[in-house]
Amino acid sequence: MQFWVIQTLNSLALGGLLFLLSAGFSLIFGLMRIANLTHGALFMLGAYIGASILKVVPNLWLAALLGGLAVAAFGGLIERLLLRKLGSNVLGQVLVTLGIAFIIADACLVIWGGDPIPLPTPQALQRPLTLAGFTFPSYRLVVVAIAIVTAIALYLLMERTRIGAMIRAGVDDMDMARAVGIPVSRLFTTVFCLGAALAGAGGIIGGPMLSAYPGLDADMLPLALIIVMLGGVGSLVGAFVGSFIIGFIYTFGVALLPDLAYVILFLPMIFVLAFRPRGLFGKFAA
Amino acid sequence: MSRAAWLGVLAVLLVGMPWVAGEFYVNLTSQILIAAIFAASVNLLLGYGGLPTLGHAAYVGLAAYLSAWLYLKLGLAHWLTAPIALAGTTLMACAFGLIALRATGLGFLMLTLALSQVLWGTALRWVSMTDGDNGLRGPARPFNLDDATSFYYFALAVTAVSIWLMARFVASPFGATLQGARDQPRRMSALGHDVWMIRWVTFIYAGFWGGVSGLLFIYYHKYIHPVSLSLANSAEGLLAVIAGGSGTVAGPIVGAAVVMLLKNYVSAYVERWNMLMGFVFVLIVVFMPEGLVPGVRRLWRRFRSVT
Repeated sequence: MQFWVIQTLNSLALGGLLFLLSAGFSLIFGLMRIANLTHGALFMLGAYIGASILKVVPNLWLAALLGGLAVAAFGGLIERLLLRKLGSNVLGQVLVTLGIAFIIADACLVIWGGDPIPLPTPQALQRPLTLAGFTFPSYRLVVVAIAIVTAIALYLLMERTRIGAMIRAGVDDMDMARAVGIPVSRLFTTVFCLGAALAGAGGIIGGPMLSAYPGLDADMLPLALIIVMLGGVGSLVGAFVGSFIIGFIYTFGVALLPDLAYVILFLPMIFVLAFRPRGLFGKFAA
Repeated sequence: MSRAAWLGVLAVLLVGMPWVAGEFYVNLTSQILIAAIFAASVNLLLGYGGLPTLGHAAYVGLAAYLSAWLYLKLGLAHWLTAPIALAGTTLMACAFGLIALRATGLGFLMLTLALSQVLWGTALRWVSMTDGDNGLRGPARPFNLDDATSFYYFALAVTAVSIWLMARFVASPFGATLQGARDQPRRMSALGHDVWMIRWVTFIYAGFWGGVSGLLFIYYHKYIHPVSLSLANSAEGLLAVIAGGSGTVAGPIVGAAVVMLLKNYVSAYVERWNMLMGFVFVLIVVFMPEGLVPGVRRLWRRFRSVT
């Protein structure tokens, strides 16, 4: 019984992390029509930057904030300096993000070396929580809580604020949004920075569970792709539901069928694509 | 000079090369040939089909793994492993095509990437089958091709046939419908062509040639590691096509040569091949989006019109 409870909590915590990763990916794809292949690398970059910040300031939440800002600034530079230049050349934009992903990954290897760097769990959360006879690792509960709070905040941002309305208008009909005077160009940079910040902060918050290691980017990027294809491009709800589905399948797959966990991971995506190519909550097919 | 004359010069150069060049260069050219088949098969999808694939290394890796695995675990000989590996790879391409072609454009790119990552993750984690990170050591080369020169001629012959068959494919009436489906999918289906079927057949054909490249790869290296299935390897193929010029027969071959030369020469001085590849990607997309072959051809035409 303890096994199932712990694995369920692990699934939820992984799902929460995946939401931080894929929400930005989905928004960027939905608004800008860019499959941002740097997203896994930004997650990894966040984790490494967090590890370095933690050596100076031993506070994970502050590190997540600072690291998220740093990665957001970096993402903004990519968007302003490179992606913008390529305008409507969609394939070119994807290839540039792919190139940058390789550069980031290799630069991390140069700077931080090849050994995994664990990020310490905050002191207050190291003691497991005992409830109704079960012990829970309390950090994972906090990660789930952070993901849910982030999801609510993003939902309110999208549904209740002016900027959210502009983003939704851009996702639905870019030309029309431009025509009614929405500053689409600034919106692109904002959304790209937001997505990068979420990925970077996600890397740091996930640090105590996953730690920072070379190849983290290649592990995370396909998960983000699957979630977005599963949930639907540009849909926050889709990213949320997809993240937890994948979180569960991956965690239980690794626990029960470790050899084939990677194959099982793709079954829901294949199933959804077969019957609903736009994804569970998507408005249009990618 | 006419096209036939160019081809003749190229053939003489390639056939005569081992008499002049040392073993290092012969081996390097063999590797370029293997990469050229791979890039040409990516080009079928990207250049002629308008389908940007980012998971083509899956077929290279699968064919190589199948060939090595059948030999190691079942003790089969080459004349059995090669056709089984190619058949298995082609079947996998059928299945992957069914999934990936639910989308086009970026969705297709993401699906091919995701699918190839399944195989990569499986190769890395299914240790009882694939030996995981240790990789599989393949059998000795077929036909006693152990010295550099005889393997080179073997690779050259296979490459020539492969490129010829791929060029025939795109020049055929079917190839014309493929390019029609790339440029005007709606008009093509209005004309009664089954656009999806055209793309699927091309996808399978490209997967098969990816498998051929994978077989040559394992014969050359006698070793296969999950890294051959990785995103970096798929990206290398894509880079070769874009660098050389997509949608041309010569482009991917030139691109593969450029990429392999860069990889071999630069990695002699610096270890940072992935970073360099990233920079080359960015530079080519920003400054030479059409690729080297169309770019040089344009300059050549301008030069000729001046003189």
